[in-house]
Amino acid sequence: MSVSPENMQASQNEVREKIRRNILENYLFTDDPAALNDADSFLEKGIIDSTGILELIYFMEDEFGIKVQDEEMIPENLDSVDNLIAFVARKLNSD
Amino acid sequence: MVALQGGRGPGRDTLLAMASRLRHRGPDGEGVYLGARAGLAHRRLSIIDLESGDQPIHNEDRSVWVVFNGEIFNYLELRRELQAAGHRFYTRSDTEVIVHAYEAWGDDFVGHLNGQFAIALWDERAARLLLVRDRVGIVPLFYRKERQRLLFASEVKAMLAVTPESPRLHAPGLDQLMTFWSPVSPASLFEGVQEVSPGCMVVLEGDELRQRRYWDWEFPLRDDYLDGSEAALAEQLHELLVDATRLRLRSDVPVGAYLSGGLDSSVLVSLIHHHSDTPLRTFSIGFSDDAALDESDYQQEMVARLGTEHSRIQCRNRDIADRFVSAIWHTESPLLRTAPVPMGMLSGLVQAHGFKVVLTGEGADEVLGGYDIFKEAKIRRFWARDPDSGYRPALLKRLYPYLDLSRAQGLAYLKQFFGAGIDDPEQPGFSHLPRWNTTARCKEFFSDDLKGRLREDAMEVMGRSFPPEMARWHGFNRAQYIEAKSLMGGYLLCSQGDRMLMQHSVEGRFPFLDHRVIEFANRLHPKLKMKVLNEKYLLKKAMQRYLPERIVRRYKQPYRAPDIAAFFHEGQAPDYVEAMLAADAVRAAGYFDAGKVGRLVQKIRRGRAIGYKDNMALVGILSTQVWHELFVNGREGYFAPVVADRLGTQ
Repeated sequence: MSVSPENMQASQNEVREKIRRNILENYLFTDDPAALNDADSFLEKGIIDSTGILELIYFMEDEFGIKVQDEEMIPENLDSVDNLIAFVARKLNSD
Repeated sequence: MVALQGGRGPGRDTLLAMASRLRHRGPDGEGVYLGARAGLAHRRLSIIDLESGDQPIHNEDRSVWVVFNGEIFNYLELRRELQAAGHRFYTRSDTEVIVHAYEAWGDDFVGHLNGQFAIALWDERAARLLLVRDRVGIVPLFYRKERQRLLFASEVKAMLAVTPESPRLHAPGLDQLMTFWSPVSPASLFEGVQEVSPGCMVVLEGDELRQRRYWDWEFPLRDDYLDGSEAALAEQLHELLVDATRLRLRSDVPVGAYLSGGLDSSVLVSLIHHHSDTPLRTFSIGFSDDAALDESDYQQEMVARLGTEHSRIQCRNRDIADRFVSAIWHTESPLLRTAPVPMGMLSGLVQAHGFKVVLTGEGADEVLGGYDIFKEAKIRRFWARDPDSGYRPALLKRLYPYLDLSRAQGLAYLKQFFGAGIDDPEQPGFSHLPRWNTTARCKEFFSDDLKGRLREDAMEVMGRSFPPEMARWHGFNRAQYIEAKSLMGGYLLCSQGDRMLMQHSVEGRFPFLDHRVIEFANRLHPKLKMKVLNEKYLLKKAMQRYLPERIVRRYKQPYRAPDIAAFFHEGQAPDYVEAMLAADAVRAAGYFDAGKVGRLVQKIRRGRAIGYKDNMALVGILSTQVWHELFVNGREGYFAPVVADRLGTQ
């Protein structure tokens, strides 16, 4: 089945919104969208601590039905909204 | 002890009003000294000289008066020395040696004391007041300078009883607590109230008030360590610990001991068993709702080996919620963990069995190098020599195996969490930066109003408290200094120590914190404290003769208690917790952002809060809200229906 560019864009926006809402609500405890830029590093900004990673992985697995492998737990995949969106897209495409 | 000093002389009623708030610290009696310019009051916990030891105590011509909380363990030796010099004693108490020692040696008398103490000494002739606190901060002592008077007391609540205006939160104190676990001494959580810092005396002469340090943790400059073989140094440590324990068994009432099942308390109980006639009576706590926190197996092994008569209390999650308010009443401080609460239950068990004194292993980790933070800092220093190494930071994975973090310990993340300050391992606070950065995340919940009351960065305040010579100490020793002065002095000995013991009128005694043990240990090379990553190496070597291999070899488990799980069960919390965290209550207190707190509570209800940050934030916010209600609003009665323990105010 082919996905139209519009649908692809729509679903990516949905993923972005879900991820942003999760980070804003559960890590920054705010509903102010300006509190988080999509390129912000979670580690550098102190948004996530060592157990916070665990929470984030649970969220990704529950919300998007993916399985995060140990070797995938690297900042390149998980350390910003942009990185997470790209990671989810890669995982969903490969499944 | 409580007291005040004022221009016109204090009234008896004022003194008694203060003393009545501290009945839990001294249920056995009350005494007052009323002079023209000063007054002292005392609540007594009778342990030595039950018949004639009532305080205040005076010298031969009644010109020097003292009230004192704690113990002078070498009082028999000092008494003999002072008697030989012509001093006449009218009691058998340890208190009386203080007034004569002051006469004999002036302000330097404190250097002769081996003990744990808060002392208020009034020299009537010189119109001079001395407030003295023990070297490491075992016994609390606070003061408040007002225009016409100086108030001082073992706990702040005694001063609040006679202060007309409502207390206010000292905002920098909370900012520091939410970074280092306690305010940086001498600050407190109460505006206008300071503590006498450990190892210091405050002297009031006329209107002049000054603090003088008489003792501090000092470490050798590089390579200036004790000489001697490992075996010889282990033997010296053994002898010192035997003597420190022997002195701490001096008492006219029976003495018990805490037995956690860890190395330190096992060492201590073994020393009592092998070097005294004291019948072994031990006490411990277990956690019935979380097997990972429970150490009962190890406790039982030592009980069987030494044949102690042992009592154990089980702590359930709901016990912590039920006792949390009374714990805050006693700590007078917000908390970041609930761990003090079970310690209060344990002292309740001791009291229920008729004991007033327990020995514990507190201090061994700081003095002899036991904590994971020392290992962590050692690995980080090793890594800093080669910051691009992949292997060096991977050693951090060997730490914290008791935590279920395996999935989140990818190397990249370890580097991020523990890499703070890695470019400058010689900076004084290097060892503690990861912990402080993690703890400081709680401050994201601060309200704009509270942030507006902060003028200085907490880390800068901490940095200023370090002695200049620290830069020339070994990195391991710098970490020890910071740990002893911040977490131990500010939290473990206070909120988790003295306050939870005195909640049930129990005195704790800590042989590892005998200043002779500390001074000896501070001169040991760091490799004798931690050999590669083997913690408390010399202590194990000195004590292996007494202990089962399993206890010596077991991985060190830090004492922990459930945090969020203690309050929230299936998304619901007790009514008082819901009320304290409700948006209107949070806004009324003004310290935290009500919206953020609401989202944290929602996250907890959804079962999504599992990280350190959320656990610390919840306990920190809830305890600050309770603190505000108890001390600022003065509404002790509000909590009456939910407090399992008495607040100790009657």
